[in-house]
Amino acid sequence: MTSHEHDSHDASHGHGEHAHMPFQAHHFDDPEQQFDAGKLGIWLFLVTEVLFFSGMFCAYALYRSLHPEVFTFASQYLNETLGATNTGVLLFSSLSMAWGVRCAQMRQRTGLVICLSVTLGCAAVFLGVKAIEYTHKWEMGLLPAGEYVSQFLQTSHHEGLSSWLYVLSAVPALCVVGFGIWYVLCVMSGNKQKAEVAGPFLVTALCYFLGVFIGIVFQNAEAAAHAKHETAAHASDSHPDHDQAEHTSDGHGEAPEQSAAAKLVSHVEPNSAPGAPTLAAVDQAGGAGVFFSIYYCMTGVHAVHILGGIAVLAWLLVRATKDHFNEEYFGPVDYVGLYWHLVDLIWIYLFPLLYLIK
Amino acid sequence: MSEHKSHAGKHHGFAHPASIKSLLLVFFALIILTWLTVFQSTLKLGSIELVVSLTIATIKASLVILFFMHMIHDKPLNAIAFLSSFIFVALFLGFILMDVHGYKDSYEFKNVDSAPKVAAATPE
Amino acid sequence: MSAVATKPTHSHYESNEADNFLISSKGFLSWALTLDHKRIGLMYLIGVMSAFFLAGILALVLRTELMTPDQWFLTTQQYNQVFTLHGAIMVFLFIIPSVPAALGNFLVPVMLGAKDVAFPRLNLGSFYLWVGGAIFFMAAMLYTGLDTGWTFYTPYSTQTRGPVVAATMGVFILGFSSIFTGLNFIVTINTMRPPGMSWFKMPLFLWATYATAIIQVLATPVLGITVLLLAAERVFHIGIFDPQFNGDPVVFQHFFWFYSHPAVYIMILPGMGIISELMSVHCHKSIFGYRFIAYSSIAIALFGFLVWGHHMFTSGMAEVTTIVFSALTFTVSIPSAIKVFNWLATMYKGTVQLNTPMCYALSFIFLFTIGGLTGLWLGALSVDRHLHDTYFVVAHFHYVMVGGTLVGFLGGIFHWWPKMTGKMFNDFWGLVSCGFVFVGFNLTFLPQFVMGSRGMPRRYARYLPEFQEMHQMSTVGAYLLGLGLFVALGVLLHSLRRGKKAPPNPWGGATLEWQCSSPPPYYNFQTSPTVNEPYDYTPLVYRDAERGWDYVQPESAPKHVPHS
Repeated sequence: MTSHEHDSHDASHGHGEHAHMPFQAHHFDDPEQQFDAGKLGIWLFLVTEVLFFSGMFCAYALYRSLHPEVFTFASQYLNETLGATNTGVLLFSSLSMAWGVRCAQMRQRTGLVICLSVTLGCAAVFLGVKAIEYTHKWEMGLLPAGEYVSQFLQTSHHEGLSSWLYVLSAVPALCVVGFGIWYVLCVMSGNKQKAEVAGPFLVTALCYFLGVFIGIVFQNAEAAAHAKHETAAHASDSHPDHDQAEHTSDGHGEAPEQSAAAKLVSHVEPNSAPGAPTLAAVDQAGGAGVFFSIYYCMTGVHAVHILGGIAVLAWLLVRATKDHFNEEYFGPVDYVGLYWHLVDLIWIYLFPLLYLIK
Repeated sequence: MSEHKSHAGKHHGFAHPASIKSLLLVFFALIILTWLTVFQSTLKLGSIELVVSLTIATIKASLVILFFMHMIHDKPLNAIAFLSSFIFVALFLGFILMDVHGYKDSYEFKNVDSAPKVAAATPE
Repeated sequence: MSAVATKPTHSHYESNEADNFLISSKGFLSWALTLDHKRIGLMYLIGVMSAFFLAGILALVLRTELMTPDQWFLTTQQYNQVFTLHGAIMVFLFIIPSVPAALGNFLVPVMLGAKDVAFPRLNLGSFYLWVGGAIFFMAAMLYTGLDTGWTFYTPYSTQTRGPVVAATMGVFILGFSSIFTGLNFIVTINTMRPPGMSWFKMPLFLWATYATAIIQVLATPVLGITVLLLAAERVFHIGIFDPQFNGDPVVFQHFFWFYSHPAVYIMILPGMGIISELMSVHCHKSIFGYRFIAYSSIAIALFGFLVWGHHMFTSGMAEVTTIVFSALTFTVSIPSAIKVFNWLATMYKGTVQLNTPMCYALSFIFLFTIGGLTGLWLGALSVDRHLHDTYFVVAHFHYVMVGGTLVGFLGGIFHWWPKMTGKMFNDFWGLVSCGFVFVGFNLTFLPQFVMGSRGMPRRYARYLPEFQEMHQMSTVGAYLLGLGLFVALGVLLHSLRRGKKAPPNPWGGATLEWQCSSPPPYYNFQTSPTVNEPYDYTPLVYRDAERGWDYVQPESAPKHVPHS
């Protein structure tokens, strides 16, 4: 055994005995053992993620089974189109990620860089849509139980973009500016490798705003559709009265001042069976508020995982531009891919469970 | 000292690159299934709706796991590790759901006021 | 590797003294940024022992206050904070990491004949997560004083003014330390076993570590989400656990105990793994029922996930659930009992060397048996109705955690001390420490069984005068136990300065860690060791106290093994 600096060895920076395998770790016998170990490791990490999310799925199952009417009521505030769009975006990002793994295995450096960039872009679009969804709800008072604002008591209706959106978009905006400047500098100085990193980063930051744009379009479309529906309903029947919703004297009887929420809600058929929970019982902090708590926890933790994924994908992109990967060493791409697919998997379940309750 | 596998002859060694065709087929299947999920939610299926949407979601998940995560070509140990985690999830959810539904009649769902809370509960 | 006639294979042992892992590279950074699993193990050892010392002092503070039924020097509020701190530090900072992180990190690769664990950087990461989590956690609790108990039950934990969010975030960080350690071990044992070492040729300590790692990976994330949701409950009032918002406190208990029950198996399984090694080596006899012990380890890990409700029998669960959990609780005792029988059977017709490690191992068997049996009484619904939240429970879990894991941990430290440090300790004083620990421990906790069955509640700072005598016995015992632990510490520290140089194999073990020098070189083995039967002692030949035992190749092993 040749003597060497033991402590400086690790999987990425070791001096291996194989010239074409600079990332061989000294404690593994061969690249395949290293790959297999890493693969098992990432699958075990995914096991921990499954168990981590299971807590929230349990809370969901619990409260939905106990109070199905709360979930039916609250779910209508979730924009299905945006949810479906996000689903499609994540599925596409999974495709590009899996394709990227293939590129890494086949030494297609440019293909890998493109695939990783597409994946990053999709992730940013997802977050942009999410930002619209969240800020819209915050304006409407659809908050966790502790801060939940009853939709029927609400008297004011906020038009246009929430001011929270500007807060959330501050970091992406800075990124656009920062990466834009960096990209221009790289191109001007002729540093191709850095430009290959800066460019995709810039595109990713811009994709966030693409997501915001998509969100605004579909959110407005929904509002418009509901407005049309509302005027049609007014023309056909007398305004349906819900007991206990008459706590406030204004905002309920006159169509133009009616809150957007009430417009939506008035088309939910109240459960008129005797003993069934009244709408007010559902539209309160301990009812719909709990739904939104679960909604924010699940999608929030999911979004945090997307952010983590963006960070790791960015790291991979840098390494890809340096041509680190080949058919003997593609582990990191594969492992990040597995993580990313798990994030997609979770959303595959979240979408029908949260958005499609009727 | 260590056995070095020679990959000079084989193109990919222990790598199994997925074919572009399979990736695209899976992707389109996933999109179709997503559309199907949205469509079935517009039908009035009643209580069976949850079962249908979860089934479709599971089919989508299986496609992602088997093909995008290439479990179909992977060592059985990895598959066993990942899939067995769902057994524990089922255990967790199953017992708790069973228990809560057993005692749910012993308490009431109350109307909680949205006003500021008890002073003692100061958030961090 | 063929050996010449009767020539023992020394080449494993002959590594350059300068390559000794303790001194091969110097300087603070060479330790702080080390990727060597042995150094990481040692740093963990110092860390967990420091936490143990701190929490032990807190225990003595509690026991001192309890000398009198009325207030002595702690208000009830302070008392609550002290037992919270004691429990939380002991559970999260000491006992869960103890054996896997301190001993496991050192031994797992060496027992496998490997150079390191599968993910050395992740290993270092685990250590720093432990350090970070520890600082965060303790700072949080000391800042304004947490008084919820280490179990954080709602609704008190959602409404009290203490630093619940900070403390639970500390737990969150510590959870990841545990998860990554477990993940590392599973991958190491799965992928880095040497050629020839099938699953059933692994030392039982590795089986125990593997089973523990499975639990760590599966259960700890649920603790993570539980504390995260608890923090969200406090900050955003999400209404899952807090009845104020139609939340359910029993659901919190379900979430909490889904992790915390398997956690107690994280605590005990590695200790059992140590005992399997100690019993076999110090009886110089092959372990009885190897496969049974191996399968039992996995069975305990899996069954342990089915029984968490037995912590909640009186909480308001549905009756059906309590019956199911009670029945399942009885099944989980079976694999543990199998192990105890096998250890005892190992002693039969063995050559028992009653040294310090063996003394601790025997203490373990006795004390763990009591602890385990008293668990059965707690598992019976009707009996638990009376015993829940009394001192009976306190005595039960201290018997298994202290009498079990701590005693096993100490036995393991003494057993592998020569390997880790290259020094022999004074066996007489080691035995003295074992004696004090055993007597002190029993004096502390036996009266608590009696008190509990007579109605003394747990976590109470004040009590009825009828319990005073037994409380006083318990306190005297606690000080005796503390004394024994100090003696043990003294023995070990003294050996570092004055201990004789340890041979590679002082005890005559057959597992691979005894085939490298004491302490090992930083690369573990001069040449890859030959995989053998881990509990076959026929090839071992005793030379003398200085040279210890030699592992001679089986073909040339003498038939008669001289007694030490």
